[in-house]
Amino acid sequence: MSGGVDSSVAAARAKDAGHDVVGVHLALSRMPGTLRTGSRGCCTIEDAMDARRVADLIGIPFYVWDFSERFKEDVVDDFISEYQAGRTPNPCMRCNERIKFAALLEKALALGFDAVVTGHYASIVTDAHGNRELHRAAAWAKDQSYVLGVLTAEQLKHAMFPLGATPSKAEVRAEAEARGFAVAKKPDSHDICFIPDGDTRGWLGEHVGISNGAIVDRSGAVVGEHQGAHAYTVGQRRGLNLTVPAPDGRPRFVLEVKPQTNTVVVGPKEALDIAQLAGSRYTWAGRAPEHPEREFACEVQIRAHADPVPARAAVLGGELVITPEHPINGVAPGQTAVVYVGTRVLGQTTIDRTVSAVPLGA
Amino acid sequence: MPVYLDHAATTPMLPEAIDAYARALAEVGNPSSIHSAGQHARRVLEEAREQVAASLGCDPIEVVFTSGGTEAINLALKGTFWARPGHRVVAPEGEHHATLDTIEWLVAHEGAEAARVPLDADGFVRTDAWAEALSTGDVAVATALWANNEVGTIEPVDALAAAAREAGVPLHLDAVAAYGHLPIDFRSLGVAALSVSAHKIGGPVGIGALVLSRTAPVVPLVHGGGQQRGVRSGTQDVAAASAFAVAASVAVRELAERNARLAALRDRLIAGVRAAVPAARLSGPEGDDRLSMNAHFTFPGAQGDSLLFLLDAAGVAVSTGSACQAGIPEPSHVVLAMGRSEEEARGALRITLGHTSTEADVDAFLAALPSAYERAAAAGLSNRETVLGR
Repeated sequence: MSGGVDSSVAAARAKDAGHDVVGVHLALSRMPGTLRTGSRGCCTIEDAMDARRVADLIGIPFYVWDFSERFKEDVVDDFISEYQAGRTPNPCMRCNERIKFAALLEKALALGFDAVVTGHYASIVTDAHGNRELHRAAAWAKDQSYVLGVLTAEQLKHAMFPLGATPSKAEVRAEAEARGFAVAKKPDSHDICFIPDGDTRGWLGEHVGISNGAIVDRSGAVVGEHQGAHAYTVGQRRGLNLTVPAPDGRPRFVLEVKPQTNTVVVGPKEALDIAQLAGSRYTWAGRAPEHPEREFACEVQIRAHADPVPARAAVLGGELVITPEHPINGVAPGQTAVVYVGTRVLGQTTIDRTVSAVPLGA
Repeated sequence: MPVYLDHAATTPMLPEAIDAYARALAEVGNPSSIHSAGQHARRVLEEAREQVAASLGCDPIEVVFTSGGTEAINLALKGTFWARPGHRVVAPEGEHHATLDTIEWLVAHEGAEAARVPLDADGFVRTDAWAEALSTGDVAVATALWANNEVGTIEPVDALAAAAREAGVPLHLDAVAAYGHLPIDFRSLGVAALSVSAHKIGGPVGIGALVLSRTAPVVPLVHGGGQQRGVRSGTQDVAAASAFAVAASVAVRELAERNARLAALRDRLIAGVRAAVPAARLSGPEGDDRLSMNAHFTFPGAQGDSLLFLLDAAGVAVSTGSACQAGIPEPSHVVLAMGRSEEEARGALRITLGHTSTEADVDAFLAALPSAYERAAAAGLSNRETVLGR
């Protein structure tokens, strides 16, 4: 229970469904702020108090569990080292994977609980053989199955998402209002919870270390200077301040960030198009395909709110290799590609490498 | 019926204190007013002050009512620091946060220098180090717990006070945990100040007292109408004071009898824990050097907050004993100061008895403990390295 409206209503629905529910607020920082600021929706003492008051109204016991050390190691430090390695990580997925459905779930199971209930918008469907499947939420606009794509069969067995069938967020807010929750109108959180002012670049600058370096084109020629490679993201066009004009005069985009050499590679828009992506850190959400080495039809989604793209996928040489039907752009290593079949989340991989649709020199 | 074994946090109000509270609340009158309603209120207030003074072996004029123990400690430490030359503040390592955080603030904002006196493995202040810390000639104020609120160790206050007298340093004693469990005679101690709180002895929350010797100069924290020797301005709470006085009188009257009863219960509890969980380790001394109402253990491999949760679910209220920030238990600084590891400190559990405690309460705790420990130990292991999601 973050103190937000979604987990509040999820807890209330779980209680109404007859479960023996205990509210748990995750303390993820050793030094929590006292009051809520900006668009952060959790992690301050005020948020913990909001969650506690909702638990009072539902009539369930409430505890704060400290996962601050695990969160620092598995989410914050991971976020920093992924950036240092030139990848663009999603810390919320890492938190689901390592904290909410790992550290929290394991502690809960050991203490005698059966499942972790969260306010995520996603659905769990049990197939004819009793296997649990993860599916998109009924409200596609709020669907959060992407950030849960990391969950494995074992984790899904102990997960419950009571908001999955709700048609809209407005309905959840109305229900919170009707239940008398003071958090009914609390704004949604958008930012990364451990970056207090929402300034991700500034935060990374402090934690990753900044040094100026070269911006190069695809041939390696220096075309400008950057103030710290971490501040650039693949697909970025603005703020490059290139000093050497492109021969054809067309705008250039960030194609690649290489922290090892502290360089940023730029090139034409079409060079952003990715024909294939692959990663070795893949998992199956629930039952794995019987023959993952045989190519199968699917859809791939590369960001929480990106449109799914028809694709074919297979496990080849220890990697999940995904080939979109049409090239897609804005894909950076470190991002997560979630593979769907219809509404079902089949699995995911962290993207290690991409294959450009426009090979160098083409 | 839930079993309440957290009397060190707060203990149920005595029915006679509730009666006195309600009676006084029903009457109008500001004790500072000159008319007869004021005079009546003043009489009730001063009778209460006399009873509280009697329970502490001091003169009524030396009793300064405060909002509780924390305010009394703040007044004693900041007030004495500001009123005196010198910049060092001497305190043992296992003090309550009301003391530690006050000193931290004086260091950060008022140019104080903190001198921390180590504890031994049982939580006793190292008296040699204490005397040495007091001897530097630039000590503004010294403070020490009479009895430790977490682990129950009763400190050698006569020795601590003698060393302070010899060094010419004003000593404040934090007697919040000791009050009602140990006889207190302020006059014979010869210390400058002493803090107590009403709700630890069956009085209401919201009132405590700083016993302040006539010769101890303090700068007030609160300015206003000049009540209570000008040391603590603000309209005095007659109802709370009279309820406090009733609790104080009962606490002193029944002290010996209750101590004997609670010590027997405590020893039954300690023996029961050792039998149920042989790995559990008692923190602090045994026998007469320990508060009769306190038992404190560390449970290897388990986290205190997991144990607390499981026991709570089984209807038994206990504590991890340490301070909380937003409900997150910190590893106890007291247990750390006793030379235990951080991991051990995280497995701390404090079980404290009070005037309502019975053998049945202790037995209910002992019955719930083994399965709680088994589960908490399993959860404690998973907390270090998860299997899921890897």
